[in-house]
Amino acid sequence: MADFTAGERIPELRVTPDKYLTYRYAGASGDYNPIHIDEEFAKAVGLPGRILHGLYSMAQVARAQTEAAGGPQGLKRLAVQFRGMGFPEQEIVVRGTVRERRDGRAVIDTVAQQGDNQIIRNAEAEVEVQ
Amino acid sequence: MPVDTKAVGKSFPPAVYAVGREKVREYAHAVGETNPIHLDPDAARAAGFRDVVAPPMFAVVYSAPAMAPAIFDPEVGMNFALMVHGGQEFQWGELVIAGDEITTTATVKDISDKDGRTFYVFETVSTNQEGDNVCTGTWTNIVRGG
Repeated sequence: MADFTAGERIPELRVTPDKYLTYRYAGASGDYNPIHIDEEFAKAVGLPGRILHGLYSMAQVARAQTEAAGGPQGLKRLAVQFRGMGFPEQEIVVRGTVRERRDGRAVIDTVAQQGDNQIIRNAEAEVEVQ
Repeated sequence: MPVDTKAVGKSFPPAVYAVGREKVREYAHAVGETNPIHLDPDAARAAGFRDVVAPPMFAVVYSAPAMAPAIFDPEVGMNFALMVHGGQEFQWGELVIAGDEITTTATVKDISDKDGRTFYVFETVSTNQEGDNVCTGTWTNIVRGG
């Protein structure tokens, strides 16, 4: 578990969604938007191909926090902005740095990237610290 | 043309979602959870929980039945062809455990124009069968060119 002192970096989370991940996530979440599961549709609307669900990428950011906190009960708040697009078969790296401690919580600035492409930016997490 | 804001403040009927063990496990596998309390009922019980624990982001699953009528509401009038999911916030309360029944109410919090785009902000408030808050969500959708 991380100590969550200001300036500390939480452990990096690295995950590579496989080629079929968007289908499994669509089934698990109920979000069947064709931009995630239909290569031809995605290209027809001007995307390079099927893109990851933003909420899947957000779940990876959440996972980095809960793993640092020692479990799901530690994560009290997560706010993100979706900007860049994420793609299957590219490694996602989630990084976070503790900005401050206040009221028994650590506030963490966190991002998710694929290479140089930030897919979750300006994200802020609050984790309960004992 | 200024954006139509008449739907701001509108609430939708509460939707109840029954949290099933296998749905939690399916979701946990899909997002790559490795913590056994999300996957293995025995591990969850050993950790003091009644059954498998939903990962925090499972909020998107139990909130969905309440969000659908809000985002498709004709009075809200969102243009899906030009819409992107711009931002998301969740604040979590009590953990959600398989067997819980979660009641979620969705509200239109704000509709506003900025730089030629329209921001539609929805709020969901979810409580468990004991009446405890489990999650409050803020969902921001952005429509290009209004």
